[in-house]
Amino acid sequence: MDLAQLIVLTLAAGTPLVYAALGELVTEKSGVLNLGVEGMMLAGAVTSFIVAATTHSAWLGVAAGMAAGAALSLIFGVLTLSLMANQVASGLALSLFGIGLSAFAGLDYVSVVIEPITPLDIPALTNLPVVGKMLFGHNPLVYLSIVLLMAIEWFLYRTRAGLIVRAVGESPQSAHAIGFPVARIRYCAVMFGGACAGLGGAYMAVAYTPLWVEGMTAGRGWIALALVVFATWKPWRILAGAYLFGGVTLAQFQAQGIGVDIPSQYLSMLPYLATIVVLAIISRDAAAIRLNAPASLGKPYHPDS
Amino acid sequence: MLKLEARPEPSRVAGWLSPLLAAAATVVVGFILFTILGKNPWLAFHAFFIKPLTTQYGVGELLLKATPLMLIAVGLAAGYRANVWNIGAEGQLTMGAIFGGGVALYFQQSASPLLLPAMLLAGIAGGMLWAAIPALLRTRFNANEILTSLMLVYVATLTLSLLVHGAWRDPEGFNFPQSRMFGDAALLPILVADTRLNIGLPLALAVVAMAWVFMRRSLAGFQMRVAGLAPAAAIYAGFSSRRTIWLGMLIGGACAGLAGVGEVAGPLGQLLPSASPGYGFAAIIVAFVGRLHPLGIVLASLLMSLLYLGGESAQINLAMPAAVTGLFQGTLLFFLLAADVFIHYRLRAVRGPARGARLLDPH
Repeated sequence: MDLAQLIVLTLAAGTPLVYAALGELVTEKSGVLNLGVEGMMLAGAVTSFIVAATTHSAWLGVAAGMAAGAALSLIFGVLTLSLMANQVASGLALSLFGIGLSAFAGLDYVSVVIEPITPLDIPALTNLPVVGKMLFGHNPLVYLSIVLLMAIEWFLYRTRAGLIVRAVGESPQSAHAIGFPVARIRYCAVMFGGACAGLGGAYMAVAYTPLWVEGMTAGRGWIALALVVFATWKPWRILAGAYLFGGVTLAQFQAQGIGVDIPSQYLSMLPYLATIVVLAIISRDAAAIRLNAPASLGKPYHPDS
Repeated sequence: MLKLEARPEPSRVAGWLSPLLAAAATVVVGFILFTILGKNPWLAFHAFFIKPLTTQYGVGELLLKATPLMLIAVGLAAGYRANVWNIGAEGQLTMGAIFGGGVALYFQQSASPLLLPAMLLAGIAGGMLWAAIPALLRTRFNANEILTSLMLVYVATLTLSLLVHGAWRDPEGFNFPQSRMFGDAALLPILVADTRLNIGLPLALAVVAMAWVFMRRSLAGFQMRVAGLAPAAAIYAGFSSRRTIWLGMLIGGACAGLAGVGEVAGPLGQLLPSASPGYGFAAIIVAFVGRLHPLGIVLASLLMSLLYLGGESAQINLAMPAAVTGLFQGTLLFFLLAADVFIHYRLRAVRGPARGARLLDPH
C-alpha cells in the first residue's frame, strides 16, 4: 500500500471522530458535559441510512442524520438545562436510549444497499502524481470536517458569540449577571454538538462503510469524548487525535492484508487500549486539565441557586 | 407561566414518587408506540407485562434475570453515592464470567463441592481486577473513570470472544464459538423445580443486605456517602478520596464479577461469545430507578427484568423486535431523570418575567 492510500484511509477512518469530538468540544465549552455522543451518533447513522435508502439521496440522509442527532441532544438539553438533571446520568441515559432506538429503527435496513457518497474523483486533479490522491482523493465529508474545524476555531476564538459561549462555560453566574441567557446559549451548544455527532454517525452510515449494522459506531462516541480531553479542549488537537485513532483503527484491517497472523480480536482491542493509555497520559497533569477544561463543566446552573 | 423554584430542602416524597411516575410515563409511551406500529396496545401490554408472569416458569425467569441486575446495581450504587462513575459493569461482568468459567473448564472433571465456591471467588476476583484498572488510572493518573471503565467493556468482550473462538473452544463443538458445557459440580443448584431459578438469587439478596449494612453502618460507607453528598466536607474531614474511589470501583467490580460467574454457572452453563444481554448497562438504570437504595434496587431490578421478559414475549407473540427492550429502558431512565426535578424544585406560577432584570441588560 502506498503512502497516499494510507493517508486517504487514515483520514477516512478518523473523520467520524473529528465530527463527534468537535461537536462535543463546543458543548463542553459552554459548560455542559454530554455523555450521550454514542447514542447521538447511532441515531444519526440509522436516520441518515434510512433516509438515504428511501429517498435515494445520501446527502439528504446526512441532513436527516444531523437533525436526528440534534433532536436527541434536545432531550438531553431539556433534562439537564431546564429540569436540572444530573448531566452524567442524563448523558448515559441518552446513550442507552440512542443505542436502543437505533437498533429498533434500523431493523428493516440491515442488509439494504444504498448509493453512498463517494470520494472525490476529479481526473485532472486526483490523477496528479504524488499529491493527487493525497489532496484530492478524499470523501467530500472529509473536507467538510476540516472546514467545520476551521469554522469552529474561528467562531470560538475570533467572534464575540464564541467568546460568550466560552464565558458561559467558565462562569455561568457571571454571564448571567451581565445579562446573557445562559440556558439558551447552552441549548444551542448542546444541539450543535448533537448535530455534529449525528453528522459523524451519518458519515459512517452513508459514506464510510456504507451500511447499517446495529451498534456500528462501536464505541466511537466514547472515544470522541476521550479525544476532547486528549485535545485539552483545543480544536486543532482534535484533528491530530482523531487521525491518530483513525490510523489505529486501520491496523486491524491492514494487518491481515499484509499477512500478519494474529487473531483479529487483538487488533480490534487496539483503539480502546490506545484511548485508555492516551487518556491516562494526558490526564496525569491534573493542573493542566483544570486550566484547560471549562471551569463549570458538568455543573448544573439554575439562576435561583 | 410556570417557573421552577428551588425547594428549601430535597423532598423525600418526590424522591420515591418519581420512579412510579417514570414507570407510568414509560407505559404510556409504550401504548403510543404500539399504536403507531399498528399493534393493539392492550394486547401488547398484556404480552409485555402480564403474559410472562402467568406461569411458574415465567416467574422463575423474572427472578433469574433480576438476580444479576440487583447484584450489579447495588455494587454500582455504592460507587455512585460517592460520585465514582463506574459504567463498565458489563466488562467487569464479562471478566467475572471468564475467570469463573476458566476455573470450571480447568477443573472440568472435578466433582468437588469446593469447585463452585472457587468459581464464585474467581469471578469476584475477575470483576475486581477489571474494576481496579480504572481505579488505578483515576487515582494514579487522574484519568476519567467513566471513559476508561467503558473502554474496558470492549476489551473484556473481545477477550471473551478470543477465548471461545480459540483456546477454550469446545473441541467437539462443531467449530461453534463456545466452550465445553460445565460439569454438574460447576453449576449453581436449582432452587425451584421446573424453573431455571438457582441459588444465585438468595446469594444476591445476601449481598444486597451486606451492601446496605456497609453503606449505612460502617465508617467507610459513611465516608463514601459524605464524599458524594459534600465533597468539600469530605476533604475537610480528612477522608481519603483515593480510598473512596478504590472502594467504589472495587465493590462495583466484585458485584458485577459475581453476577458474571452467576450467569455462566447458572442459565448459560458454558462460555459463549457474550456473557450477558447488556445487564451491566441495564443495571445502571436499575441503580437510578432504585434510588441507589438497596430495597429500591431490588424492586427496580424486578421491573427491569420484566422489561427483558416482556421484550422476549412481545417478540414471540407480536413479532415485535427485541430491540424494543432497550428503547423502553432508555425511556424509563429519561422519565425518571425528568421526574427527579421535583426532588429539588417545585413549580410556581409567576406573572410574566421580572421587569427589574431588564435593567441589567448590557444592550
